[in-house]
Amino acid sequence: MTIQMLSVIGAVVAVSFGAIGPAFAEGRGLASAVEAIARQPESANVISRTLFVGLAMIETMAIYCLVVALLLLYANPYT
Amino acid sequence: MVADSPLQSITLFHVGPVPVTEMVVTTWGIIVVLGGLCWWSSRRLELRPSGWQALLELVVETIEHQIEEIVGEDPRSYVGLLGTLFIYLVVANLVELIPGLRSPTAHLETPAALAGIVFLSVHVFGVRERGILGYLKSYARPNILLLPLNVISEITRTFSLMVRLFGNIMSHGIIIAIVITLAGLLVPVPLMALSIVIGVVQAYIFAILATVFVGAAVSGEKL
Repeated sequence: MTIQMLSVIGAVVAVSFGAIGPAFAEGRGLASAVEAIARQPESANVISRTLFVGLAMIETMAIYCLVVALLLLYANPYT
Repeated sequence: MVADSPLQSITLFHVGPVPVTEMVVTTWGIIVVLGGLCWWSSRRLELRPSGWQALLELVVETIEHQIEEIVGEDPRSYVGLLGTLFIYLVVANLVELIPGLRSPTAHLETPAALAGIVFLSVHVFGVRERGILGYLKSYARPNILLLPLNVISEITRTFSLMVRLFGNIMSHGIIIAIVITLAGLLVPVPLMALSIVIGVVQAYIFAILATVFVGAAVSGEKL
């Protein structure tokens, strides 16, 4: 296997497995936020703002994986 | 390769030894358009606003209200920076919808510059509000043992601010490019409509996170 093939496989593994955790986490966070808004509609503003900030934090993990994949594909130090 | 490398940018011309890339020119265009719009609409301000002025006042008041809710103080000294960030990012993320133009935030340099601005201004606001000693003390909270973690989180949150904006905008551009090459002309239109939502949401998240950082520095509590 050449280093290019290994890099492509590494990029695929990084993105596909790196997306699983954040997807679960965002689903759980969103579900509890919707529950909280349904229970207390008057605090929907604060809840949705906190939800956005939290989702952004969680999403960062997936984006890190994407950056690793991009580095492997376009800026690989070993090729 | 389906698309060009997203980590490289196209150099249009040189000013002396400094290369000027495509997104710098796009940013200049956005600055000229937004600045001209602001100059034009603030020429004749009336006490009883109508139409365009009322719309602008609504936007400014909404931004002020959001900042006040997070920072919990008089928002007027923060609206200049944070509101400009939000409006610039909305325009910069959506400029891709005009054919021929490419979003400056889809390359790493523009988000890096914006995150750097946020990083520096957080310290400036913190020192201005609480004094140098008071601001430095907030790094040793709740315990002096957490000092290294606070310093690390300061750096990583700036890094993730940059990477988040860049990754979202750039990856959506790549997805649209892939769908165009696979499926043809009209298929990516819904995806492009989705990119409007993504652009506005990412601008909102960037501005909200910057506001949260400023609020944390001003109130002296670490995130």
